[in-house]
Amino acid sequence: MSFSLHRFVGIAYKELIQLQRDRLTLGMIILIPLAEVFLFGYAINSEPKHLPTVVVMSDPGPAARAYVEALRVSGYFDIKGTVDEREAEALLDRGDVQFVVTLPINFHRDLVRGLRPTIILEADATDPMTVGSALAVQSGLRSSSSLLRDMPASTPDGTPPPFDVRVLRHYNPEIISAYNIVPGLLGVILTMTMALMTGLAMTRERERGTFENLLSTPATPFEVMTGKIVPYIGIGLVQVTLILLAARYAFEVPIVGSLLLLYGVVLLFIATTLSLGMTISSVARNQLQAMQITFFYFLPSILLSGFVFPFRGMPEWAQDVGSLLPLTHFLVLVRGILLKGAGPALLWPHIWPLFAFMAVVLLIGLKTYRRTLD
Amino acid sequence: MVTAPAITVSGLSKHFSGKAAVNAIDLTIHHGEIYGFLGPNGSGKTTFIRMLCGLLTPDGGSGSCLGHDLVREARQIKRKVGYMTQRFSLWDDLTVRENLDFVGRLYGVRQRRDAVTNTLRSYGLADRAEHLAATLSGGWKQRLALAACLLHRPQLLLLDEPTAGVDPTARREFWEELHRLSTEGVTVLVSTHYMDEAERCHRLAYLADGHLIVHGSADDIIQTAGVTTWVIQGATAVHRAAFAQTPGVTELASFGNALHVTGRDAGCLATHVPSQARALGLDARLAEPSLEDAFVYLMRRHAQRPPT
Repeated sequence: MSFSLHRFVGIAYKELIQLQRDRLTLGMIILIPLAEVFLFGYAINSEPKHLPTVVVMSDPGPAARAYVEALRVSGYFDIKGTVDEREAEALLDRGDVQFVVTLPINFHRDLVRGLRPTIILEADATDPMTVGSALAVQSGLRSSSSLLRDMPASTPDGTPPPFDVRVLRHYNPEIISAYNIVPGLLGVILTMTMALMTGLAMTRERERGTFENLLSTPATPFEVMTGKIVPYIGIGLVQVTLILLAARYAFEVPIVGSLLLLYGVVLLFIATTLSLGMTISSVARNQLQAMQITFFYFLPSILLSGFVFPFRGMPEWAQDVGSLLPLTHFLVLVRGILLKGAGPALLWPHIWPLFAFMAVVLLIGLKTYRRTLD
Repeated sequence: MVTAPAITVSGLSKHFSGKAAVNAIDLTIHHGEIYGFLGPNGSGKTTFIRMLCGLLTPDGGSGSCLGHDLVREARQIKRKVGYMTQRFSLWDDLTVRENLDFVGRLYGVRQRRDAVTNTLRSYGLADRAEHLAATLSGGWKQRLALAACLLHRPQLLLLDEPTAGVDPTARREFWEELHRLSTEGVTVLVSTHYMDEAERCHRLAYLADGHLIVHGSADDIIQTAGVTTWVIQGATAVHRAAFAQTPGVTELASFGNALHVTGRDAGCLATHVPSQARALGLDARLAEPSLEDAFVYLMRRHAQRPPT
């Protein structure tokens, strides 16, 4: 048992030198904690406010306007405008709005007559966390002072005007988190495994020296890339099927929409993620770097896509970053198909971004693929 | 019919971060020739070979390989060339057969299954066909690598130190195979550190610091060096110092019980070396200078050249 300070210092110094030369690791060491602090500190807001809301105003009277104003003032509802019933349903289906407030015909008159009219508040409850606090806030709204002041027929003793609010939770009426999480896992697991496996596929060749052999053959970059992507598509489809079976039979997640469409969307997502993996492996010098870059991509994918935290709960800049990530769109697509039964036309706004992402990434990949050892 | 040479390059250069790895090399290699590449590590042999098969793009000069332009037609060249890398570069986690099969697919070999089976048989790999490449010994790996780069019947073989770490018997068999291929018209460019292998080549080139120092047949090179070698029998390390002082001696090399004393001035050596040997009670005998003696002299002369 002997410990040499010289050897110890020597080794530590060597490690430092190596670390200083490994810019990527150094970058990761700094960027990952920073990213986490920023994401958790600013972006992730488990009490989402300013949720997009539209109003179906069947009675444009002062009482109805006072109620809508009270919702707005609460800070939880961002009133996007007034639409008709059909458009409201479409907006909710597409996920463009979180809430639809319907004020019944003759709301003002019935209120004055003491007939307890009912306001209907429809919520997209796909992700229960998003709507939870907003719904809690609105139930306390009736006793808010601004509402009491503006309502026409406050009872003489100052008690709240007699009207009801009925909350309808769409898509996930029982507020079961698994409905939200399990489809989300589909995307997360695919992102992780697909990007990583292909990311390693090419760098492994380079590391083992077999890449030189591959390069000396007539195989073209496109052949090599696609040849390496295709086997993983099969693996991805197997993963998806396993998760779907678990979702259906273990968590009893309803599968409302078309399975064919679901698999179509899954294929697109797999292709997108694999293209990313191939590009990572063209850029990275070795397997370790490929792994690091994959994690660097994976982290924001999980945090900013709406998987872990409600998408609408994030500030706008974080939502903008999230919109660039394929997982964000994939989550909307999968939840839309599984829980809402949405069709292709409705989902198109989230399908084309995947195509766009794939095209950009493949282009970078083919550009950076090293045809020679230069 | 006069055929064009298999390889012609002129002024071929390649720089890495400003330093010339290959410096303006002119070279012609004929069809069916076994051409040896010698030179210390880092002299540019591998870089040169990689430029020939399109793995590196030359940044100066021009050349053609099997009638195709080196820069513009790298793809056509790759189809006709078999390249054996310095380090074993087949897939460790594939079996011998799977490796050959995969390479066959990459080159679009016709009747691939038969070709693979024939190759396995003719290279004695049949017994090991189902072994993982990783489990093969050095000699077998080399044999597999050669089989893999011959599967598509290339017209040119580029072999980068193919026999490093291979035992003498396997090396001998390997060279017999190269000569057989050569008689079939296959051109072979092979880099090596072994002098016995250099002597088996039709022609040789010696590289140092990216410069082509000398080229020609082994005899030509010994002629060019113009050195004279005396062999002193029974000389030991004790006697080295005495000969190092002897006028005209530029190189000393020990071989078992003998000391090789080499210099360029034959007359000067003839006057001083035998008398020095007699003074020490040893016997000196004039010998044919070896290729190694010539190379060592040429290397030294290159190192001492005035800076350009």
